[in-house]
Amino acid sequence: MNLLTINNLGKAYRTYSSEWKRIANWFFLPNKPNHEHWVLRHISFAIKSGEAIGIVGQNGAGKSTLLKMITGTLQPTEGNVQVSGRIAAILELGMGFNPELSGRQNVYHAAGLMGFNNHQIDNVIADVEAFAEIGEYFDESVRMYSSGMQMRVAFAVATAFRPDILIVDEALSVGDSYFQHKSFARIKEFQRLGTTLIIVSHDRGSIQALCDRAILLDGGTIIKDGSPEEVMDYYNAIIADKENANVEVVSLDSGVTQTRSGNRKATIESVSLLDHSDSPVEYVGVGDEVTLTIKTAVHEDLPELVVGYVIKDRLGQSIFGTNTHHLNCQSTGVVAGQKLTYKFRFPVNLGIGSYSVAVALHASETHIGDNFEWLDLAFVFNVVNIAKETFVGLSWMPPTVEIVV
Amino acid sequence: MYAMLRGLWEYRSFIVTSIRNEFIARFARSRLGGLWMIIHPLSQVAIYALILSNVLAAKLPGIDNKYAYALYLMAGVLAWNLFSEIVARCLNLFIEQGNLMKKMRFPRIALPVIVVGSCLLNNLLLFVAVLVVFAALGQMPSLEMFWLLPLTVVVTAFAVGLGLVLGVLNVFVRDIGQVVPIILQVWFWFTPIVYSINIIPDYLRGMMTGNPMFSIVNAYHDVLVYQVSPGLNELAVTVAIAFSLMLLGLFMFRRSAPEMVDAL
Repeated sequence: MNLLTINNLGKAYRTYSSEWKRIANWFFLPNKPNHEHWVLRHISFAIKSGEAIGIVGQNGAGKSTLLKMITGTLQPTEGNVQVSGRIAAILELGMGFNPELSGRQNVYHAAGLMGFNNHQIDNVIADVEAFAEIGEYFDESVRMYSSGMQMRVAFAVATAFRPDILIVDEALSVGDSYFQHKSFARIKEFQRLGTTLIIVSHDRGSIQALCDRAILLDGGTIIKDGSPEEVMDYYNAIIADKENANVEVVSLDSGVTQTRSGNRKATIESVSLLDHSDSPVEYVGVGDEVTLTIKTAVHEDLPELVVGYVIKDRLGQSIFGTNTHHLNCQSTGVVAGQKLTYKFRFPVNLGIGSYSVAVALHASETHIGDNFEWLDLAFVFNVVNIAKETFVGLSWMPPTVEIVV
Repeated sequence: MYAMLRGLWEYRSFIVTSIRNEFIARFARSRLGGLWMIIHPLSQVAIYALILSNVLAAKLPGIDNKYAYALYLMAGVLAWNLFSEIVARCLNLFIEQGNLMKKMRFPRIALPVIVVGSCLLNNLLLFVAVLVVFAALGQMPSLEMFWLLPLTVVVTAFAVGLGLVLGVLNVFVRDIGQVVPIILQVWFWFTPIVYSINIIPDYLRGMMTGNPMFSIVNAYHDVLVYQVSPGLNELAVTVAIAFSLMLLGLFMFRRSAPEMVDAL
């Protein structure tokens, strides 16, 4: 069953030569606006119960407008949003808090604003107080609160009742790291109980950790709708590639999609992983020494060439990444026609699983500047445990044990 | 319309809490706290009663209390305060609450209802203060005072109607917010509150009766000062204007709702 259906949604801001013309429209005297500015158009998608969806896009892509129309504060100009169930939004925490009132009074006020009556709030007020964990400050006026304490109360009240759809905007960074973990756990718990999540973030980590689908907005339309990994790769590529929109998506035999972008002033010829005897491998043992070999070709004279790589786990979370700039061995003054081979030697201190390597050629510290080529899923390898003792987790950090009696 | 009323009913807790919070917040850090709610209107009334009535001591026909002018003044102020407070607050209501309207979904109609609730409460306190001063000046409460209930409804309807129309327009044309306080000042002096209608020359009196607040203030005078029933004929026009304005206000409020958030 679809919890949320969006049909051909669009939002235009209309300007009139005189505001009185706009007002005349309300009285059934139609006037044409002299300018229509579409910030969002032709948006259609559906979300099922229990799904978690990430919405990504650059600033001004229309994310907030979309969220406001889903929440219902903004009326669509065309199309519609069909919602079955209650929506709660953690858009701006502490919205409408009155500094002169106590935390408790503000909770009643904020929950009232969400549409709950005093009786319903009475039932959860103890939970809110317990979750916020601010002790006796709960009955002090909010002006005495630190901003973190205010956030705690605000988050606690926003999530006091489990909604059918929860919208979480930007940073899940609520208060200190202890509370972040706690709020993250609550969101996960909601998801387990069937709440649909809509998460807006620039943080690849939280999108990939929470979502099972992502939507990329650009210039007011959906340009990609798919798995978080694929969408985030594409998103990274368009950030890097703003000037010459040169993004290529290739479907690999394994069914995954590979994103390649950049201006091709230098290109990646091949990526391989070699074992200690220099033979290419796809399966490596935990702790083995390997050499990541990246062959590049330079097509234009470049003042600086930096080669970097990131190892990602199967969910696309970055495990480790670095580049020759950080390693202090970037190549300067390379000339067209040169072919350079980079060898990165390291021990595979990783846990069992499948990993991918993304490789990038760029001009300075990051790929945001001059991006020559960026290749996601350039190489996939598996880590198996052949010779080491059994362990769990993403990384291998063998301890020594000492037992003191 | 039905949806609007249902939204209000669902948000009744919120409306009551908001009105209460407004009063709590206003007196939160003062020593006398809630006492100020009485002291303010009392001092306002006392100033009019003691100072102005001595300076401007004018004999009012048909009443033999020597503080007649003070009584007259207070009755008018009671009506005018309710009217101007509601209009002034509705005028900037949507602009002030713009951020909230952009971020949260709730029945927007709750906002003017909260304003009306808190203004009525203020007016009730002022009325209590007026009763105390009246008693001190030798004017005892009478049965005619029950006329104040329907009269308050009429003033409120008129003020809310006007306030909603102006408040909605103010979102789009901000000059409204600047010009209305000036008009309210002028309007105050064109209504017989501080002076008696008798000092107005006959040829201007026709113009005065076109003012809806004129008949309302007159009715307040009748009920509180002269202790007689108000003239219903004059009031009928004002009632009609009040409820038409209220309908117009609600209509504009509804029609503008989709664009209001865009403009804020």
